[in-house]
Amino acid sequence: MPQTPLHAEHARLGANFTDFGGWDMPVRYSSDLAEHLAVRESAGLFDISHMAEIFISGPQAASFLDYALVGQASGIANGKAKYSLICNAQGNIIDDLIVYRLAEDQYLVIANAGNRHAVVEALNERATSQGFQDVADRSDEFALLAIQGPTATSILQTLTDADLSALPYYSIGTGNVSGVSSYLCRTGYTGEDGFEILFPADRTVEVFNALIQAGATPCGLASRDTLRLEAGMPLYGHELSLEINPYQAGLGRVVKLDRDEDFVGKSALAALSSQTPDKQLVGLIGEGKRAARAEYSLYSSVDSTEPIGEITSGALSPTLGYPVAMAYVATASSEVGNIVSVDIRGTRSEMTVVKLPFYKRSK
Amino acid sequence: MSNPTNLQYTKEHEWVLVEGDVATIGITAYAAEKLGDVVFVDLPKVGTSTTYMKICGEIESTKSVGELYAPLDGEVVEINDTVVSAPETVNTDPFGAGWLIKVRFTSLPELMTAEEYSALTGEG
Repeated sequence: MPQTPLHAEHARLGANFTDFGGWDMPVRYSSDLAEHLAVRESAGLFDISHMAEIFISGPQAASFLDYALVGQASGIANGKAKYSLICNAQGNIIDDLIVYRLAEDQYLVIANAGNRHAVVEALNERATSQGFQDVADRSDEFALLAIQGPTATSILQTLTDADLSALPYYSIGTGNVSGVSSYLCRTGYTGEDGFEILFPADRTVEVFNALIQAGATPCGLASRDTLRLEAGMPLYGHELSLEINPYQAGLGRVVKLDRDEDFVGKSALAALSSQTPDKQLVGLIGEGKRAARAEYSLYSSVDSTEPIGEITSGALSPTLGYPVAMAYVATASSEVGNIVSVDIRGTRSEMTVVKLPFYKRSK
Repeated sequence: MSNPTNLQYTKEHEWVLVEGDVATIGITAYAAEKLGDVVFVDLPKVGTSTTYMKICGEIESTKSVGELYAPLDGEVVEINDTVVSAPETVNTDPFGAGWLIKVRFTSLPELMTAEEYSALTGEG
């Protein structure tokens, strides 16, 4: 199983490992609750070097991405980032991505580790059909670390010559971090402020340890999952898949239909956008301490035995103290305030549909 | 953490302390570590009868649900209220304050020694 350059460091720090997207990744170092709390209250450090970095370059880079993705990459200003999706011709989701515009003619696309090959393959096919040349999967050359939490920026600032206050949310700049030339992306997957730092993989250990020395707590993927769940952020393979379209996932805003150029999935997505989706992604909250977890069935009432939906992610929220979940629910039952019944390993429990996210940081 | 030699073990990662006709039952440090932070325990009520290797409770962490298998036939005589109100005790002291239930047993099956259990989990 592939490992990131930090595998030995994770082991040295006492990590438990898990298979994530085909990678052997740290699930926790000591306590996933403590790691979750570190991100909410101070700063956590995640090794996300398993994620894929794909560079799109050249004078046609913007128009190529406009064709390949559902968002409009040409509309992203230099030094800014945008959340996007890559869909198939049927309008279903191949992956969710962050697209960074590095320069007028250069973009960086970050994709999920488990979808690296599917995304690269789709981009290459689309490039061939458009006569575009320059799609470069450079995932193996780079390490990616995320420092997240209310003190993340001040900790990172002690190690970099870049002025981080000049980099607002969803922007990207460059600078040295602990002497290593890096891209600094003010993005994340935790619901907190912070940066994702992209730099050459051969320098991973020193940058990782410098950030820990400066005060960041190493955090595993267990806490990353509860953090993103509280923040209402989808995870591919749970909320997003090849069976889901952006309108079901509540991501219709990401699809830019009102533009002249064609893009892959446009006609299918235009048709889907004019219909009410059959099911929709919702947030659910419950009472007590028993979490409703992924794949548990939902019913319209305690007596009903006809499923109306299924949980995609669920946990006892470490920050809020009550069960939270995301789920696909038949549109008729998806209204905020609606009460549904969930089967928790044979016992029914009530959950209420709420607006996402569950947790929002105070600015 | 090494597995105490005064306890007996199951392949489902429970430990059993036999004192007279009552067995105190918990989950091993190995199991607690694998589960992650325990946030909820669902234990059988006092008076419930237990059947060897049948599920009698659940231990939930943030990330997963572990099942508690009864290591012997008998009747639950006490449950640990401390772990109900402070589930993290299962992580902090799995072989001590983090015990789960006490069962008055009718027969004692063959369980593993600490050495055998350590071999099973690759700790030995």
